[in-house]
Amino acid sequence: MDFGFSEEQELLRSTARKFFEKECTSEFVRKMMATPEGTTPEFWAKLAEQGWLGLIFPEVYGGAGLGFVDLVVLMEEMGRAVMPGPYFSTVHLGGLTILEAGSDAQKKRWLPKLSAGEARVTLAWTEPNARWDAQGVTVAATEAGGGFTLSGTKLFVPDAHIADALVVVARTAAGGNPQEGVSLFLVPKTAPGLEVTLLPTMDQTRKLCEVKLGRVAVPADALLGEKGKGWQPLTRVVERATVALCAEMCGGAQRVLDMTTEYAKIRVAFGKPIGAYQGVKHKAADMLVEVENAKSITYYAAWAVDESAPEAARAASMAKAYVSDASRRVSAAGIQLHGGIGFTWEHDLHLYFKRAKGSEFTFGDATYHRERVAQLINL
Amino acid sequence: MDLTLTPEQQSFRDEVRAWLEANMPRDFAARVMASSDIPRPEAYDLLREWQKQLHRAGFIGLTWPKEYGGRGLTFVEEMILHAEMALAKAPPVLNILGVGMAGPTIIAYGTEEQKRRYPPKILSCEEIWCQGYSEPNAGSDLAALQTRAVRDGESYVINGQKVWTSLAHVADWMMLLARTDPDAPKHKGITYFLLDMHLPGVTVKPLRQITGDEEFNEVFFDNVRVHESHVLGGVNNGWAVGMTTLMYERLALGFGLQVRLRIALDGLIEMARRVEKGGARITKDPVMRQRIAQLWIDTECLKYTGARAITRLLKGEMPGPEASTGKMGWVDTHQRLQELATEIQGPYSQLMKGTQWAVEGGLWQYTFLRSRANSIEGGTTEIQKNIIGERVLGLPKG
Ligand SMILES: Cc1cc2nc3c(=O)[nH]c(=O)nc-3n(C[C@H](O)[C@H](O)[C@H](O)COP(=O)(O)OP(=O)(O)OC[C@H]3O[C@@H](n4cnc5c(N)ncnc54)[C@H](O)[C@@H]3O)c2cc1C
Repeated sequence: MDFGFSEEQELLRSTARKFFEKECTSEFVRKMMATPEGTTPEFWAKLAEQGWLGLIFPEVYGGAGLGFVDLVVLMEEMGRAVMPGPYFSTVHLGGLTILEAGSDAQKKRWLPKLSAGEARVTLAWTEPNARWDAQGVTVAATEAGGGFTLSGTKLFVPDAHIADALVVVARTAAGGNPQEGVSLFLVPKTAPGLEVTLLPTMDQTRKLCEVKLGRVAVPADALLGEKGKGWQPLTRVVERATVALCAEMCGGAQRVLDMTTEYAKIRVAFGKPIGAYQGVKHKAADMLVEVENAKSITYYAAWAVDESAPEAARAASMAKAYVSDASRRVSAAGIQLHGGIGFTWEHDLHLYFKRAKGSEFTFGDATYHRERVAQLINL
Repeated sequence: MDLTLTPEQQSFRDEVRAWLEANMPRDFAARVMASSDIPRPEAYDLLREWQKQLHRAGFIGLTWPKEYGGRGLTFVEEMILHAEMALAKAPPVLNILGVGMAGPTIIAYGTEEQKRRYPPKILSCEEIWCQGYSEPNAGSDLAALQTRAVRDGESYVINGQKVWTSLAHVADWMMLLARTDPDAPKHKGITYFLLDMHLPGVTVKPLRQITGDEEFNEVFFDNVRVHESHVLGGVNNGWAVGMTTLMYERLALGFGLQVRLRIALDGLIEMARRVEKGGARITKDPVMRQRIAQLWIDTECLKYTGARAITRLLKGEMPGPEASTGKMGWVDTHQRLQELATEIQGPYSQLMKGTQWAVEGGLWQYTFLRSRANSIEGGTTEIQKNIIGERVLGLPKG
């Protein structure tokens, strides 16, 4: 039993931290928030150069062939830097869905390009009904002329406006078990009838879109995996993405704790640093407990999904439930302990606070995942 | 990162599992004990026998060196043992303070003679230990302790009083902190003694707790003569030695607490499956499902935070921040668990042992009341937060 990171993983962590401290400064994040893209071609090229865009893809597809735990280390550092841009959607959603469900030809066509930073693919899954189960998938894919026609609306789709293609989750058959009849389609962004609108979001570092599909015609080979059998691979992708998101949230929460303890040492009130007051000190101690537990359960979940352990689904849900609450509370406490300065636009705390809020509701909040845990422990 | 066990660890697990299956005490008293965290008076005899049995099988003191009665294994085996004990709902051992605290401290600071004399009898449960730290005027501020030890020839003469001393009424030995130099700064004039509880001048008066049990005591010292060979770790060095004990307390007792929490949680879930509220089973109630699932998640978090701390120790690294958060997390989770247990029982939670209407023979009423001590014993939650704030986060002292 070894519940720690390897030397290579620690090296990846320190390399990533240095890289983001230099390349992903607060100034850069704020500039990107104000742009529709959320990233620059230069920055994206640098991520590719580091090998991070293809970190988890097998070498035959132009990736580095590393494991999920490595990716989790990187995600923690990205969270620490509130890195803006379409990394999460490109690698964890679009890329990993192609890897999970795609044919060899589809993988060869897309993954090397994703790894090299030459293309981007996102996942269009959720809809206005905001459901995380198979019943939520109502966009219809009807067979027509040897291909399919897709119609309906997808919502909360990350980075669709700057993607080259979308994996659209659609229903090819209705009735009976809702998990049957869910299919995945790889749709070019330029397909006629596909309309993307960028939405104003609380967390401006993470862009979300509405995607309208008005009778979008795709050929039969747009299918990713088997017709009607898309729910299972999608579940595996989402399970991993959920854990990756937890890692990102841990990195953000740790950064908030660091900022807060540093501030509590230097801000003086009533003749003493505020950190000397127990109202402040004890709150900081509570924050540490939550951050450490959040990391423990996330690392465990990362190991479980990487190993495809039998308890992987439960581990992922435990992590998302715990980390959603913890990162919300820690980032709110960070603002509280900073006082007025913590409420300004100028201070970085709100970036972390808003990211925590957005992540909390991505792939199900704590309440949703606690219920899932209840089911998975046969309650 | 690899949470799987090596073949050797697996065979150790199988050994433990098979032994527990064959040897677990199955009568009711043992079951009652399983969900409590500290030995209850009514079960002392049974628990003494249980520890002896475990000892004969080689399962006590796994991490202690072989020459002092241990097995020289690592914390991984210790963790495996405790995980198996949780699965089997095994009772705790009686000499919990000896095994968890006195033994490791003696092995760390003792003379060769002391190390050969005391630890083996701790493991075999021939000698029970208690911890004489707290006094009426020294609890959180432990260094304010006033019990005096004055040198007289080759001996020390001890006068003063301890309080809240768990198990003192059955103990043979005490880890005693006493002041040997009243003129030194308060942390510098304290000495750690290994005190024979049967010496003349030692008086133990049991105190009744809110549970109704008499589990802790007052201990009075009236001119008790202790030979200097019973000093542990050097005269006026007692603070450092005593703090080592507390470190072991957190580490070693931590495993045991983990087990108790798991057993209590399983018990709570079993109860929730049987109980109805408003005509429907508790486990169908969405709010209750949320709260039970949260306890499950928090229990797992503690387990993996513990596993991270152990990994660091095994790699020879310094304990990280995760090592200090365990006790606080445990206290919070366990107290919430006990509160939820009463809520599940509803009006029945008022009924104690002695009526057929009491749920599970009144077991939960005891564990609920007992859990209030968790945030006081072994350093209060407020003090834990001070320590984390100051030592881990580096915040200034108040
Ligand atoms: C069931 C049980 C078993 C015990 N067994 C033993 C034993 O075997 N051996 C032994 O030596 N002791 C034992 N104790 C004693 C225990 O260690 C002390 O009770 C504990 O350290 C608190 O000390 P106190 O009771 O004097 O409370 P006090 O120190 O007087 O504390 C009172 C309150 O003030 C708070 N407080 C104190 N100082 C501060 C501060 N600086 N900042 C913020 N808040 C503060 C405390 O958190 C607490 O809430 C046991 C206690 C219990 C309940």
